[in-house]
Amino acid sequence: MITKTPSSVNRTPAVIAVVLFAVAAITYWDASHMATRATYGMSASAASYFVALLFLVLGIGHLVSAFKPSDIDIEMADWKAVAWIGLALAGLVVSIWLGGGFILGSTLLFAFTARAFGRKALLVDVCLGAVIGMFVFLLFNKLLTLALPQGPLERLF
Amino acid sequence: MESISFLLDGFSLAIQPANLLYAAIGVIIGTAVGVLPGIGPALTVALLLPVTFKLDPGGSIIMFAGIYYGGMYGGSTTAILLNTPGESASVVTALEGNKMARAGRGGPALATAAVGSFVAALIATLGLAFLAPMLVKVAVQFGPWDYFGLMLIAFVTVSATFGSSPLRGLTSLAFGLWLGLMGIDQLTGQARLTFGVPELLDGVEVTTLAVGLFAIGEALLVASRHLRKPEQPIPVKGSIWMTKEDWKRSWKPWLRGTVIGFPIGALPAGGAEIPTFLSYNIERKLSRKPEEFGYGAIEGVAGPEAANNASAAGTLVPLLTLGLPTSATAAVMLAGFQQYNIQPGPLLFTQHADLVWGLVASLFIANVMLLVLNLPLVGIWVKLLKIPLPWLYAGILVFASMGTIAANPSVVELLLLSGFGAVGFLMRRYDYPIAPAVVGLILGPLADSALRRSLQMSLGDPMILFQHPGSAIMIGIATIALVAPFIFRGLSRFQQDED
Repeated sequence: MITKTPSSVNRTPAVIAVVLFAVAAITYWDASHMATRATYGMSASAASYFVALLFLVLGIGHLVSAFKPSDIDIEMADWKAVAWIGLALAGLVVSIWLGGGFILGSTLLFAFTARAFGRKALLVDVCLGAVIGMFVFLLFNKLLTLALPQGPLERLF
Repeated sequence: MESISFLLDGFSLAIQPANLLYAAIGVIIGTAVGVLPGIGPALTVALLLPVTFKLDPGGSIIMFAGIYYGGMYGGSTTAILLNTPGESASVVTALEGNKMARAGRGGPALATAAVGSFVAALIATLGLAFLAPMLVKVAVQFGPWDYFGLMLIAFVTVSATFGSSPLRGLTSLAFGLWLGLMGIDQLTGQARLTFGVPELLDGVEVTTLAVGLFAIGEALLVASRHLRKPEQPIPVKGSIWMTKEDWKRSWKPWLRGTVIGFPIGALPAGGAEIPTFLSYNIERKLSRKPEEFGYGAIEGVAGPEAANNASAAGTLVPLLTLGLPTSATAAVMLAGFQQYNIQPGPLLFTQHADLVWGLVASLFIANVMLLVLNLPLVGIWVKLLKIPLPWLYAGILVFASMGTIAANPSVVELLLLSGFGAVGFLMRRYDYPIAPAVVGLILGPLADSALRRSLQMSLGDPMILFQHPGSAIMIGIATIALVAPFIFRGLSRFQQDED
């Protein structure tokens, strides 16, 4: 499945150009707020100015290429599946943020990701995700003594 | 030769039972993860880094060597049996190898890949052991200006020379450089681009970027493409052993692939794609049965697979002697070394000689283990290929996020990981290469401090970069490599217009 943009301007490179300009502006702004100067040679802000300039040049490059015919075909994307994975990652982040712990977070991550790939049996996946999360937690916290975030479930062990 | 005595010392370290065990575990989990579809060696190493955290540096590096070679081998198994190469370097292997598997010759295809990888890695690791000390002798004389020149070459070759377009490669590099700016500046202690977030003061972790771009980006891309019903792995039927004819047709491609792969891998230009494609084309020209190419010619598996592994060992030369990663896998490995507080470079060979030679010796041992373990275990690897895709990617995401929070338990780190995942998805979708971003993040700060040290030594005179012949030549090469693709593209368009 291939989409062709009807307009004469390619939207994608144009949007990327805008993003690149924005990053260049942020970097320039950040560098101009750095106070200390070096006695000799370059100060710490010089690299920031260089990267800002690089982004500016690349932005112009993208803007130019936006007016040329596109050399790649963009496939149609299933945005619903992408949204499910976004939800899965959000589940993990929120669980750890609110102190829900790693096992709960990874259970949500596992079940929602499986859903994104077309699995319908959510309950089975939740159970499987919990088992995997528990296994990983025990392996890492007990065996390798790495500290994974703990919640009410983890404190049971 | 002193290399030999050092190497023997290395073997005495690597052959200790505990270290042998680490190597075996590394090889097995490296292959197991590398065999999963869509996972190349770079991602394998990035995902498995946290597993090696708590070991002593010697043990973890040895395990690491096993993971690296195991991941490489697992990738070629997937390419042959599933026709989904996990990385661009095994694309060529999939070309002939998958055809062989379809014709019921999957066993010999896997065998020639395994033995070819073994031969190539053996010769190339020997090459590494002899070339590295020589390079170190040159590299200890390098001033910061020379390092700056070298890094410029690495930047340009990784991003502009290869890939679909220099503009996209350079954009990816710029993203990495930008992330490299974040955090406290090493020389003046000032914060750059931290936006008042305390967690960003330490800078962006390379593993977080690599895992986000590779693992989560890949999962998002596969989900968005609706590739839910993947190809079924082709069962390995008949004998897995090569016939006399197979051996006769394979040994020359192995050697030729090694000769092509190692030097190209050792160049700061790097990359395994060029040597594998080169080897494939040469084998097709030299074959006595060129008509078999495209329908499962064993030379087309033997040569590129050897070239791939030889160039992988070749990339270790600039990585270990100069601290210069020239591929995504090497960049992730460098991040691993840094996690054990080891900085690759010329000093590594004097300060941690035991460690370096232990690593080189473990590469030999991991190589032998791969050969012994993998062919008999091929049935297990095929079973791994049958894990349903939803569970596979769900598991990968759990493992990826677990590694990130185990290294740095904070919500900011997870948000970064998710953000990099989104960026990685968009980069893949719009055909931007990923490796330059990772290389930019690692080398950006190093190039910055090399340049500033040079300028401090010259009291601010930028001409110091051109007064030293070494750095002048390297900056020249980098400039040519940057400009050449644009000129050649312009020329070819000009020629097309003429027609």
